[in-house]
Amino acid sequence: MPARPDASRRHFIASRRHLTALRRHLDRWLFRVGPPEPSPIVLGQRRIFVLPTPAGLAFATALLVMLIASINYNLSLGYALVFLLGGVSVASIVHAFRNLLHLSFSPGRAEPVFAGERASFHIVVANHRPARRPALRLTAHGAVVPFEIGAWDGADVIVPAVTAGRGWMTLGRVRIETTYPLGLIRAWSILVPDQRCLVYPAPEPTPPPLPEGASRSLGRQTGSAGDDDFAGLRRHQPADSPRHVAWKTLARGGPMLTKQFSGMDGGEIHLDWNTLPAELGTEARLSRMTAWIVAAGQQGLAFSLALPGARIATGRGSEHSANCLRRLALFGTDVAADA
Amino acid sequence: MRDTRSPTPVQFGWLLAAVTATLAPHAIELPYWLIVLCASLIAIRSALLLRRGKPPRQLLILLVAVAAGIGVRFEFGHFFGKDPGVALLAVLLCLKLLESRTPRDLRAAVLLAYFLQLGLFFYNQTPSIAALALAGALLTTTTLQSLEDAAARPAAQLRTSAVLLAQGLPFMLVLFVLFPRVQGPLWGLPSDAYSGMTGLSDTMTPGSISQLGLSDAIAFRAEFSGAPPPPSQRYWRGPVLTRYDGRSWRPGFSTIAAAPRYKPSGRAYEYRLTLEAHNQPWLLALDFPAASIPKTRYAGDFRLLAEQPVRMRTRLDLRSYPATAVGKDEDAFVLAEARRLPADFNPRSRSLAKAITAGASDPAAILARTLERLRGIDLRYTLSPPLLGTHAVDEFLFDTRQGFCEHFASAFVFLMRAAGVPARVVTGYQGGEINPVDGSLVVRQSDAHAWAEVWLAGRGWVRVDPTALSAPARIESGLSAALQDWDALPLLRRPGMDWLRDLRHRWDALSNTWNQWVLGYNPDRQRDLLERIGFPQPDWRTLAMLLGVSATGLMLLLLAWAFAQRRRHDPLDVAWARFSRKLARHGAARLPWEGPLDYGRRLAMTFPESSEPLRTISEDYARLRYGAEPADPRSVRLLARSIRRLKLK
Repeated sequence: MPARPDASRRHFIASRRHLTALRRHLDRWLFRVGPPEPSPIVLGQRRIFVLPTPAGLAFATALLVMLIASINYNLSLGYALVFLLGGVSVASIVHAFRNLLHLSFSPGRAEPVFAGERASFHIVVANHRPARRPALRLTAHGAVVPFEIGAWDGADVIVPAVTAGRGWMTLGRVRIETTYPLGLIRAWSILVPDQRCLVYPAPEPTPPPLPEGASRSLGRQTGSAGDDDFAGLRRHQPADSPRHVAWKTLARGGPMLTKQFSGMDGGEIHLDWNTLPAELGTEARLSRMTAWIVAAGQQGLAFSLALPGARIATGRGSEHSANCLRRLALFGTDVAADA
Repeated sequence: MRDTRSPTPVQFGWLLAAVTATLAPHAIELPYWLIVLCASLIAIRSALLLRRGKPPRQLLILLVAVAAGIGVRFEFGHFFGKDPGVALLAVLLCLKLLESRTPRDLRAAVLLAYFLQLGLFFYNQTPSIAALALAGALLTTTTLQSLEDAAARPAAQLRTSAVLLAQGLPFMLVLFVLFPRVQGPLWGLPSDAYSGMTGLSDTMTPGSISQLGLSDAIAFRAEFSGAPPPPSQRYWRGPVLTRYDGRSWRPGFSTIAAAPRYKPSGRAYEYRLTLEAHNQPWLLALDFPAASIPKTRYAGDFRLLAEQPVRMRTRLDLRSYPATAVGKDEDAFVLAEARRLPADFNPRSRSLAKAITAGASDPAAILARTLERLRGIDLRYTLSPPLLGTHAVDEFLFDTRQGFCEHFASAFVFLMRAAGVPARVVTGYQGGEINPVDGSLVVRQSDAHAWAEVWLAGRGWVRVDPTALSAPARIESGLSAALQDWDALPLLRRPGMDWLRDLRHRWDALSNTWNQWVLGYNPDRQRDLLERIGFPQPDWRTLAMLLGVSATGLMLLLLAWAFAQRRRHDPLDVAWARFSRKLARHGAARLPWEGPLDYGRRLAMTFPESSEPLRTISEDYARLRYGAEPADPRSVRLLARSIRRLKLK
């Protein structure tokens, strides 16, 4: 990061900020977009907007030319054709509107990711109507996701979003739109589902080895670590390695479980903020600690975490890792206290 | 967002169908080479579609376009006007089809197809063309629809478009009736704007009327308010031809006045004339029209004229007096012109006239003798007479002895003039057929006729029909009865085709209604209609108001349809929502991301006293909702009851 942004860049940032502010104002005034809305969000007629697409404008121009030709040449059937096509395009406005009407949106899950990775927001869209809803598009964070829903059905729409910094990333403004049935009319609505995704700090690409205290275990291979120290079973979580799934239990028809191991030899690791080199900035420290937690998690090591103003006791396993990473992600923000 | 996916075969298929439906009816008026070009371009595209080949290079397409443009320039001599315009559009559409790569291209092709559809109406606005255009609109709409909803089956795409079209139809009707009509043209039209119209021309050369005899097209209709006149009095007057140069006949000088130059007398016939556009000022009234018919003028040769050439179907309420004596006090110069003959033509006919005149001075006697003489020559009436040379009348009377009405009229007038009696050729239509379905008299182009008028002192202009000498049936029963060789006749005019004629009559009656109410709907009709439904003196404001009200009404109906299928709740969802609400009141609202089983487990921990029913309910719901078997209504009802009865401490 440059120490002093130069004048043009400052200006650029300022104008960007103005633009964003303007857009927010516009959203609030025109589209009634405010803070995140409680779910489920059901699209009523007041929040669906319709406008012609460029193709629709071309179509309208063509109709106008045809109308003038019909007047000029006294073509009665020309009038009829123009009026029929006009009627069809008016009907298509209602079809586009109807395609969005009473759609219901609920936020789904959004698994935490590391900064720089792609976050996936799941949005559950439900269609309480005995008719298909074809050709829908959902736009958020610059990504466009086309989808359709069958009659009485729902869709799990996954919106990818590129993450930049750590912390909570909100889903923000989502646009649902359709140009069904003829591509002449675009119906859309803006919604702000109450949904966020936790972004962990980006792990340092080439971190130094884990701190002292872990040295005894460092020599061990990840794959063989503690394989014979079976401690018990717990419910499977998506982040668990497939290697640790209790396949035999699953094969017998039981639930999907993960084998847990204890007594993996090696001592505890203390990941301490204060022992890191003094020249590292805050973000660099967070990055390094993230990388270490990931490494420790992969090797199945137990570790504790010490941050300014917070301390997490020694533990191991994915839940412990997730907890620590969450602390790092929210480090220094007010929402850290936020569960 | 720009859609760059390449169109699917189904989408292309719809467009191909739409383009074919739009272009096929154009084949009638397009030049042959252009039809072949378009057909092969469409065929190439179809082949590419089947083999999933790539469209040809753009340079090649450009070359074809330029070549076609040059071809059109050669064919029509210019680029401006409807004929070259339609031809260019047709080529453009086919080339666009060939080079289409994106949905955007397909949309552009659809717009071009719309223009071509409109172009079709320049030439033809019959109900069958309207039906074709409707089919074309359905196919183009389906093309647009398939671009948006590629996932749907083709049948479903067609159905959705049919629904859209059905919903667009009421708008079309309302707009058609209420959109403020303006009498075109808005500006000068290219000179070929009216070239598609057939009818009599104002010159007559041998063969010009027999050409019309081959056409089945309707020239006009007359609906008599009483009995129609007998066939022998059905002479509908067109151009009167006085000037003769030895080969062709042209109109002579004629005054034009606001009142006729005769006093109508005798029996009157009232009728409504619906005249097809023929781009000429004469109105083809039955001889001789009454005075003071609005928006018309009277020519000195007894034609009724419109103020403007008749460029669209026109309706007139007329009255005619066939028995009126006309032209008793004809101007001397008109008579002089009616005696003039070019000197060096038809010597044999001249000597024939001299022989007839010998010893007779009274024009009436000369007329009688001439008719007598002509009857004596065995002349044959035929639609396909042999070609005649310089001395056309001589050859007709003495050599070939075969001719159509123009030969008869022209020979007779020549003989009369050679004998010093003023005479002239009158063209128009004779006869017509009563349509038994609606009782109107239908006069077709094949009823075009040429007869003669002779001026006799004291009697004025007297109609003489020389054709009747050789083919009296032509006057009494029409063309088909008069011809012996009816091979050349239009199919429907041949005898023995009665059942076909009957069908034709019904079709004609239908298209008459169509013409009156659909094609003839103009500012006047619009005003009439509005006055009849209770809006005195309607102006554009009335129209705008009515249009606004009806369009809003239709829109509300459509919106009601859109809302009609609002959330009809699934009973299982209703029950589960009730469960969630109930627990939310006890402070354990379901979290948005929480599945039913997780929620049940959490509830069981939160309310240990009711853990059993809470678990059962959430597990039952999960089983009914997500189980492999569809939820059976009885279990859903049981679940709903247990949720209703659930009590939490």
